[in-house]
Order: sequence, then C-alpha cells, then structure tokens
Amino acid sequence: MPHLIPEITYPSPRRILMRRTRAHKGFLIGAAVLLMISATALLAPALAPFDPYHQDLSRRMIPPVWHATGGWEHPLGTDNLGRDYLSRLVYGARISLLIGGAAMLISGIIGTTLGVAAGYFGGRVDMVVGFLITARLSMPVVLVALAVVALVGGSLNVIIWVLGLLIWDRFAVVMRASTQQLRGMDYVNAAKVIGCSTLRILGSEILPNVLNNLIVVATLEIAHAILLEAALSFLGMGVQPPLPSWGLMVAEGKEFMFFSPWVIVIPGTVLSLLVLAINLIGDGIRDITAPEGRA
Amino acid sequence: MLAYTLKRLLVAALVAATVSFMSFLLLKLTGDPAAALAGESATESQIAFVREQYGLDKPLLVQYAHWIARALQGDFGESPYFKQPVSAIIGGRLGVTLTLGGCALVFAVALAIPLGVLAAVRPNSWIDRLALTISVLGQAMPSFFFGLALIIVFGVMLRTLPISGSDTWRHFILPAIALGYYATPAFMRLTRSGMIEVLASDYIRTARAKGLRPASVLFKHALRNAIIPVVSLAAVQFGFMLGGSLVIETVFAINGVGFLGYQSIARSDLPMVQAIVLMVSMFYVVLTFFADLLNAFLDPRIRVH
Repeated sequence: MPHLIPEITYPSPRRILMRRTRAHKGFLIGAAVLLMISATALLAPALAPFDPYHQDLSRRMIPPVWHATGGWEHPLGTDNLGRDYLSRLVYGARISLLIGGAAMLISGIIGTTLGVAAGYFGGRVDMVVGFLITARLSMPVVLVALAVVALVGGSLNVIIWVLGLLIWDRFAVVMRASTQQLRGMDYVNAAKVIGCSTLRILGSEILPNVLNNLIVVATLEIAHAILLEAALSFLGMGVQPPLPSWGLMVAEGKEFMFFSPWVIVIPGTVLSLLVLAINLIGDGIRDITAPEGRA
Repeated sequence: MLAYTLKRLLVAALVAATVSFMSFLLLKLTGDPAAALAGESATESQIAFVREQYGLDKPLLVQYAHWIARALQGDFGESPYFKQPVSAIIGGRLGVTLTLGGCALVFAVALAIPLGVLAAVRPNSWIDRLALTISVLGQAMPSFFFGLALIIVFGVMLRTLPISGSDTWRHFILPAIALGYYATPAFMRLTRSGMIEVLASDYIRTARAKGLRPASVLFKHALRNAIIPVVSLAAVQFGFMLGGSLVIETVFAINGVGFLGYQSIARSDLPMVQAIVLMVSMFYVVLTFFADLLNAFLDPRIRVH
C-alpha cells in the first residue's frame, strides 16, 4: 500500500520569495514606476517629440495641455527658451538614473569594502573604520559637495565622483553590522578550519549572505544620490545648462513659478516619483527577504 | 561613567582634528584658491600677489597649522568679499540658522512622536498607514521642491504666510516645516518601533494588570522608555539640519549661515567657506558627543562596551 500517507511538499525558497513579491503592493508599484522611467530614459530619442536643446523663442512658456491655452503639440508646454518640456523631461530621466547609479556604484564599493573589513576583522580595523564613518558623518554633504563642484566645475563626471566619495557611510554601517553577525557562524569557522583563504571566505561565505542587505542599501543610496544631484543642480552647481537635469529645470522655472507653477511642479513631481519608486523597491526588498517586521 | 566620557571625548577630539584637516585639504586641492580669489580676469602677477598675501605659497601642513591655530582662537581670517573678519559675519548670522534648526526640530518632533505612538498602538490601522505614507513621501520629495511648493500654496495662492526673509516669527514657519519634514520619518520610525517593543514588555503587562488607566500606561510607562533613543536622534538630526539648512535658506532667502555658505561658494570666498564647513562639522561632533553621553547616562549598559 504505497500511497496511504499523502506526500507533503514544501514550496521551494524561490517559490516563497515569488509569492511574497507578488503580495507586496509597494514593491510592485515601485518596480512598475521605475521600469517606466528607465524605459523612458533608454528610449528617449524615440519618445521625445522634439530636440530637448532646440530653442524657439516665438514659442516661450506655452502652458501644458490641461490648461485652456495649452495644446497637444507641446503636451507639457515649453520653458522660457521655447524648448519642449516633455522632451527635456524625457532626457532628464537619463541624467538622474546615470548619476544615481554611478554614484551608488562608487560609494557601494568604498562602503562595502570598509564595512566588511571592519565587521570581519574587528579590532583595530574596526576602530579605524568606525572612526572614518564618524568623521565622514560630521562633514555636511551638501555644503562640501557644493564647494568642491564649484571649485572643480560641474561636469557629470565630477558630480558622480563627488557624490560617490561622499555617501558611502550607510553602506559601511550596514555591511559592518551584517558581517559582524556572520563572523562567528559555524560555516564561516568551518571554512577557516579547512584552510580557505580570507579572500575566499569573504567572497563566498560572507558576501552572499549580506547580499540582501547590500541590495537594500544600494537602492536607497541611488535615491539619495538622485536627490543630491537634483539639489546641486537646483543650486546651480551641479549639472550645467543646457543639459536637462530635473533639478536644473526646477531652478530655471523658479522665477516663473508664481504665474506658471507647472514649470516647477512637473519636474519636481517626476523627481519625487522616481525617488519614491526606488525607495518603495528598497523597502519592499527588505520586507520580502526579511519579513520579521519592518523597523 | 568618567572613563566612558573621557574615551568619547578623545574620539570626538580626534574626529574634530581629522575633519578640520579634511575640510581644509578638500578646498585646497580642488583648484587654485589664489586664482579663484583673484578673479577671472587677473594677471599672473596679481595671482602671485594674492598667493603671497594669503600665505598660499607655504607648505600645506604649515598652512593648516597656521589656519587651525588661529581658528581655535575664533579667528578665521578676513573675507575677501566683505573685507571684514569671517567670524564677525558668521556670528551675526548664526542666530537665524539656529532658530530655524530649532523650529524645524520642534516641528518634526511634534508631528512624528504622536503619529509614531498612535501607529504603534494600532499597527496596520489607517493611522499607521498615514504615518507610513508621510514618512515615505518625506523621504522622496526633494527639499527644495517641497519648499517651493509651500511658497506657491501658502505664499501665493492663500497669501497667509511670508515667503522670504527672517524678520518675524511668521517668516520661520514655512522654512521650518520644509526643513523639519525631512527629519520626521526617522523620528516616526524610531518612536513606532520603540513603542512596539516596549508595549510588548512585561512591565507594561504588569502596569495594565494593576488596572492603571490606559493613558497612564501609554505615556508614563511606555513612552518614557521608548523616547530615550529619540532624544539622541534629535541631537544627530539637529546636526544634519544645520548642514541641510543651506538648501532651505537659499529657497526662502533667509540670511543665515547656510545661505551665506551658498553665496560664499558662488563668489569663491574661500576663508568663509572653510570656516562654515568647519563650524557645521564641529557642531555635529559636539552634538553627537553629548548625545552619546546622554545615552550612556540613561542606559548604563552602553558604558560597558
């Protein structure tokens, strides 16, 4: 009688993750918005109805389509130089995503290296890294970034490097704490005992197990870098005109905002939406991979 | 406690020294300050003169030692733009920035703690969701955009509040909201998680079992314990706000240290920029030092580590 007891099958870990992902509304919304904005950035040349740099002074400050005087030719209107707002917005997505991603990579490499080293080796290394983190946190990010960009000049490269070198602190803090928890695990000790090199232990025992936390911090830092770039550009010391950065668009629209609020509301809203989407994804990944309750 | 205090003091002093050197170095290495000071149309000999005048031709460490020795006595040199001592100008603006930071902190705490407590008492209720929404939005909206949106709504559409300057207390309302809103999520999350943890503890069960009024349990027993980490977060956030107030002060044209910093960067007023970077950093170092002490005082377990 072989089949008396029904076979009990457990869902695979991947299955569980998929189920949690599908049930997490915030994550899904964030992912959808981010996908849309990324697709817009990639397909910018195809999607933008006009050249984002083309000025037409006879078509200045046309309001968007939902205004009485707006029209479908320029769905989001034009700016004070007669450039199509929708086209500038579409190309602006490239700048935000590029700077956010690149600055996150730089700060991620610095912060993860420092944090994992501090957490794994402890002792003096930990003290030095802890000291570096405190010193870094004491320096006002916006002020220092502004000053450096103003002195060096605001090219995309400079902004990426300045931001990348400034915002590694959260990577270091989180990676240090995560690594500390793993250091005493049996499988790490086992790897030590069978003679694995330190590099191998870090690479194949520690890193895969801190990856979830790393991804969460990485998404939050992309959002952080995007906000900082927008602030720098808004203050006139980030991305330089005529590049269509969303922060810069708000700055350029500022003097017209009393009569035409949409010139700042449109880029400001899109910027908030992008950051919101990325944050939702970050929070979502944390909930999905570690559902022990949100902090 | 004394050993702990001394240890923290040593670390704070080391951090202060490192940060001062870094902020000094950063602005030295990122360009020729003499050329920046002399202006765009300056000739070689004019630049050389400026370099000598400000001691920029000496070795870096000598320049740093010279600068920090005088800075410790409150002398940051003379601003080439104002033709006045840097410390006098900053001193005149400090009050405005501290007032703004203080108002922002009060706003953040007054919004975050009640919401955090309510969210913890009823997890997953509509109020918890509202608190979560506020905190998620607060992290997503760029501060300059939020500030401008406040100006459009309250200054232009409703015409209820002044939108620039710092003459009366009403001038501080909008900027304080714009600046404080960003600290709200951190306070709210910390209050919520702290309250949830405390409410599940044995002494709260005991207090309830004794038949104390729910409000008394909530505020006297639970909140008092949950609020300890919030106090030190407030110190840290205040430090961040002094740095972050640059954007808000610029948006609202408030004549504080942040706006001064922004203007000084724009006009290459190097002694001023260095002094402001140093001052904001030192504020942060001092604030976190006191926050650590306060934490250790309230929670003896920390002292041992």
